[in-house]
Amino acid sequence: MKYVEEYRDPQLARQLLAQIHAATTRPWSLMEVCGGQTNTIVRQGIDDVLPEGLRMVHGPGCPVCVTPLEMVDKACAIAVRPEVTFTSYGDMLRVPGSHSDLLSLKARGADVRVVYSPMEAVRIAREEPRRQVVFFAVGFETTAPANAMAVIRAHQLGLSNFSILVSHVLVPPAITAILDDEECGIDGFLAAGHVCAVMGWREYEPIAARYRVPIVVTGFEPLDLLEGILMAVQQLESGRAQVENQYIRAVRRDGNQHAQDAVRSVFRVADRTWRGVGRIPSSGLELSASFRPFDAALRFCVDDIETQENPACIAGAILRGTRLPTQCPMYGGACTPRTPLGAPMVSSEGTCAAFYNAGRLAETGAPARTAGSVS
Amino acid sequence: MCLGIPGRVTAITDDAGLRTGVVDFGGVRREVCLAYVPETEIGDYVVVHVGFAISRLDEAEALRTLEIIAAMPGAMEQELGPQLRDGAR
Repeated sequence: MKYVEEYRDPQLARQLLAQIHAATTRPWSLMEVCGGQTNTIVRQGIDDVLPEGLRMVHGPGCPVCVTPLEMVDKACAIAVRPEVTFTSYGDMLRVPGSHSDLLSLKARGADVRVVYSPMEAVRIAREEPRRQVVFFAVGFETTAPANAMAVIRAHQLGLSNFSILVSHVLVPPAITAILDDEECGIDGFLAAGHVCAVMGWREYEPIAARYRVPIVVTGFEPLDLLEGILMAVQQLESGRAQVENQYIRAVRRDGNQHAQDAVRSVFRVADRTWRGVGRIPSSGLELSASFRPFDAALRFCVDDIETQENPACIAGAILRGTRLPTQCPMYGGACTPRTPLGAPMVSSEGTCAAFYNAGRLAETGAPARTAGSVS
Repeated sequence: MCLGIPGRVTAITDDAGLRTGVVDFGGVRREVCLAYVPETEIGDYVVVHVGFAISRLDEAEALRTLEIIAAMPGAMEQELGPQLRDGAR
């Protein structure tokens, strides 16, 4: 319990941990699919204080990390055009593409700007009508309502110089794809609290029932995670498989209807490729027919892109939860947050960066541990 | 970008048909779109993702969460960017 003293309420943390230890009689593997949760688990050492055999597997929960290489290459191809002002969240800038990254292009003179909201990109398009302003619309269900409103706003304002490069992914189809994998040894999931603040948790109910897995909607603070883990273990130990909500202070079963309405009016569900995971049917969003004029990929014709992953990087296995960053020969040596070989080392929500920032040491020569090896 | 930062709504304006507000995140103030929380009033606490309020929180909860996020290195800057000048918006 080495980090428990740093918790907001160490007494409550100790109590929850004791309850987890008392409740756990068999080995279980739980997966979180949220970079914020991964960060908390690793930084606070929660995985180190759980009972022997109760394992946290870090799933594809970092939006920057799952953005496919092809989209990073498309972003680079658009950003180098002289008429384009390319806007993006800061943590996308250093994600390596096949040949370059957005930050290097910026250093070589491309007009690449960091924004903190797509509405800032809309404002730039209003203020600089001679520039073609493109926003890199990545993320899970949490950022989709913002991108939907940016497009609605650009449409209302008649901005012909605004477009978005869409690479939106959805969490429930990814959970289903992970469960469909024959080697999947995941017994239960912690669902991302803020994704559910937008979407609610109705979509998770058929998954829990069909695959017989508990799914607990969980926040990202240390005490949230301990409580979410406890709720999942209690379900597993008693043979239940339901959706439960730990994060009651921010999440309702129906989520935020206003935000969902906007997303539905601007986007439609589409197949998407997840970096490291592959193509998952109906796992993302694309602009619906009436908003296609705002699609930067169409506007700048960047469909023929040949991609090349760095062969030394095991990001795919990291994102599927089958390898730990500390089992990668590049970890901490050739690959650090300052010199990242792959996306999970770039973003603060990435598993490799979380491990590195928490000071975890590489296990040289350690055998790969698969997701299925414990249960 | 999925972290979500809680803050207090200090002003609400109509920006050409779009419900917009200023939200104070423990001293850092940002312009935030309030279109998805139409019931929000000045003084309420909201969780903000990439410039949009997505849900409301009670005050005690918001302050506690803010304290935890402020302790995460770089988290505030990554989510909110550099601080706005006083009175700029």
